[in-house]
Amino acid sequence: MKLKLNAISKSFGPVKANSNINLTVDNGEILGLLGENGAGKTTLMNILTGLYKPDSGTILIDNQLKEFQNPREANKSGVGMVHQHFMLVPVFSVTENIILGTEPTTRFNKIDLKTATDKVVKISSEYKLDVDPNALIEKLPVGIQQRVEIIKILLRNAEILIFDEPTAVLTPQEVTEFFEIIKSLKKTGKAIIFITHKLHEVLEICDRINVLRRGKIVGEAFPTKTNNKKLAELMVGRTVKLRTSRRKMEKGKELLKVNNLSILSDKKEPILTNIDLVLHQNEILGIAGVQGNGQTEFIEALTGLRKASTGKIVYFGKECINITPRKIHALGIRHIPEDRQKQGLIGDFSLIENIILNTYYEKDFSNNLKLNWLNAKKEARRIINQYDVRTNSEDISANKLSGGNQQKLLIGREMSRSINLLIASQPTRGVDVGSIEYIHSQIIKARNKGIGVILNSTELEEIIALSDRIIVFYEGKIIAEFPSNSDPKIIGLAMAGVK
Amino acid sequence: MSHYFSNRETFKEIILIPVIATFLAISLGLLLLIFSGSSSEIALKALIALFLGSFGSLSAISETFTAATPLILAALGIAIGFRAGLFNIGAEGQIILGGMAAVIIGFSFHLPFVFHIIFVLLAGALFGAFYAFISGWLKAVTGAHEVITTIMLNLIAYRLLDFFLRISWIQKEGRNDPISKSILETAELPRIFYVLDPNLRVHTGFLIAIIAVLVVYWLIFHTTIGYEFRAVGKNLEASRYGGINPALTIIIAMSSAGLLAGLAGASQIAGILGRATPGFSAGIGFDAIAVALLGRAHPIGVLFAGILFGALIAGGREMQVSADVSLDLITVIQALIIIFIAAPILIQKLFPWIFK
Repeated sequence: MKLKLNAISKSFGPVKANSNINLTVDNGEILGLLGENGAGKTTLMNILTGLYKPDSGTILIDNQLKEFQNPREANKSGVGMVHQHFMLVPVFSVTENIILGTEPTTRFNKIDLKTATDKVVKISSEYKLDVDPNALIEKLPVGIQQRVEIIKILLRNAEILIFDEPTAVLTPQEVTEFFEIIKSLKKTGKAIIFITHKLHEVLEICDRINVLRRGKIVGEAFPTKTNNKKLAELMVGRTVKLRTSRRKMEKGKELLKVNNLSILSDKKEPILTNIDLVLHQNEILGIAGVQGNGQTEFIEALTGLRKASTGKIVYFGKECINITPRKIHALGIRHIPEDRQKQGLIGDFSLIENIILNTYYEKDFSNNLKLNWLNAKKEARRIINQYDVRTNSEDISANKLSGGNQQKLLIGREMSRSINLLIASQPTRGVDVGSIEYIHSQIIKARNKGIGVILNSTELEEIIALSDRIIVFYEGKIIAEFPSNSDPKIIGLAMAGVK
Repeated sequence: MSHYFSNRETFKEIILIPVIATFLAISLGLLLLIFSGSSSEIALKALIALFLGSFGSLSAISETFTAATPLILAALGIAIGFRAGLFNIGAEGQIILGGMAAVIIGFSFHLPFVFHIIFVLLAGALFGAFYAFISGWLKAVTGAHEVITTIMLNLIAYRLLDFFLRISWIQKEGRNDPISKSILETAELPRIFYVLDPNLRVHTGFLIAIIAVLVVYWLIFHTTIGYEFRAVGKNLEASRYGGINPALTIIIAMSSAGLLAGLAGASQIAGILGRATPGFSAGIGFDAIAVALLGRAHPIGVLFAGILFGALIAGGREMQVSADVSLDLITVIQALIIIFIAAPILIQKLFPWIFK
């Protein structure tokens, strides 16, 4: 099928989320849709899948005018979408998930699992997806779960396939396999829209690239005739440095030493086993690994948010295992948590209130009982200016800021007080390219000033770009250690558990 | 209003929705009256009586404030709970405990006038706080949900009161029915307009309620404790990250809530009732939940919501007398207000032009 969007516009109040967007995808073509957060990609796809109605403009499928009242109608017309966050029931089997909502039935309304399973097997082998129809979703790795989502839309006869940030949750190996799948889908004549903000991926897999900025298509490019830098400039609208320059540095004194650290879950199953590491001043230690291999728990243990079962954490020669977050903060250990909305900020609080989240009890901001809002406001203003947080007031609530600005506020808060050790988890997750550049330069600046940094990220590129030394977590253990500038492929293998 | 903390609720949420909800509820209540067979003439009479009985004269206003006093105090406590993410259903039980303590101190000590009152109020507050502390502690230590524990503690409080009223040194001499001795005159909260007219019942408890509004406002928005309450209530994970101890915060918030409810009970005993009988709490603890909701868990909002509910009670009595309309209508109107408050989207859909 062939898709054509004609002059699509959509506004939310005064905000023009999409304005006059023209876009086409042919069958057997992969179109890359590139744009920063807030560029209007999601709105456009919500229009295409029937969730929103456009204010003006038309959708043509095979030259037929379509007006979708709801997602079901879009589905019937052959539009299917694989969301970034999977829509799967963890305790259901693969087949049960796939047929959810369109269950085939026998007489007396009994679900016909046999027919369903056969269909799943057929599609799975046709596109070489290799999925066991009887496996439970919760037991499957993320890469396979994604294939389940793909089968789900194929079973509903989707001809136009939309993938929203499909590689965000995958290991490098899984990404390679995913690209193979996309290519085979392309061969069978599907039209594919691939949404991402990762430049090298669109260059590798797409036939054509459209770049979206502030609700408009600002450019079209072909992988053979463009490069990373040009695409990034199109996307951001100015020149950007893709790699923050990092000069070599002699590591300083020993700052943090972790010895034999183990964590057990509530059910006494091991989450982390025998972690040993050393961090020095002027050093960035990168923790690579696929999400869910114990990195989160390790960082929680370092920051006092989780009890360690055994082991030692020595900071500046002082034991500091299993002490409260407040005491850890007092030692000059600062933490940028992996989920800024869940942990780092209180969305309903004003920026001022958020600025004092872990210092409100210090004498700058309160005298035992009474809060000093004037000082808090001054501090908020200072951080907003110094860390380039784009907002017109420090009085608005934090959830009104974009992801990038939330992150800058958070980083400003953590870096602007006396700091010796920075623990940064996923510091650029869901952040636009412009802010990524800024955040990276801040982290390197901190390291150059003598701060030790632990950088935990599932973005291997980020780890490689910033780290002086890289360790890989796999199933709760440190499985390998690499010097900076190692080959991403070898690190990727270690992330998959291959030594 | 200060510009430091998140009072993100906009004008329409804080003022318009409660006002429209009240207006709608009263109109619907009157329609109900007509549908159930009363003439529109009676409905109009009821409406006038409702207004005259609540704000129509000095004595009406006095009755409104009298009824509002315990509601405001208990609702302030519930509002503190809401801010900390706690749904305290237990104000009723806390009022009973506070009232019981106030009665005992009120009749068994001979103290000079002002000191006796302070002692009575303190005892009420402390017992209320202790009773709520149990729920807070259970939640912090075992994770037991406060809705369940406070409901159960309410039931225990009712029976405890029955038991208490039959203890020989508490029960009034020469009486067989459950009723306590009366508190001494030195333990009574003086009436505000005593000089003007001794029959005006509004007492100094109302002034205490207003002071409590200001104190709670200061506590919630200008102290580290209030900051901790609100952080824990909005985002438990982030509060832990910020170095707050959520368990301790929950215990303190719950105890403060009980303290205010206990004070409401003591003020009711020392200002109006003078003694305890079964059911002296009269559902104030439950009405206070509605007041806290209507006031959007904001101390100033609670003040106005409390006065409104007080007005409904005072006006309802007048309505019963002069229009012969059952007091139950007031209960219906109160319930409707809460339903409309709980469904702000419904109100926005009904009056789209107002919320444009």
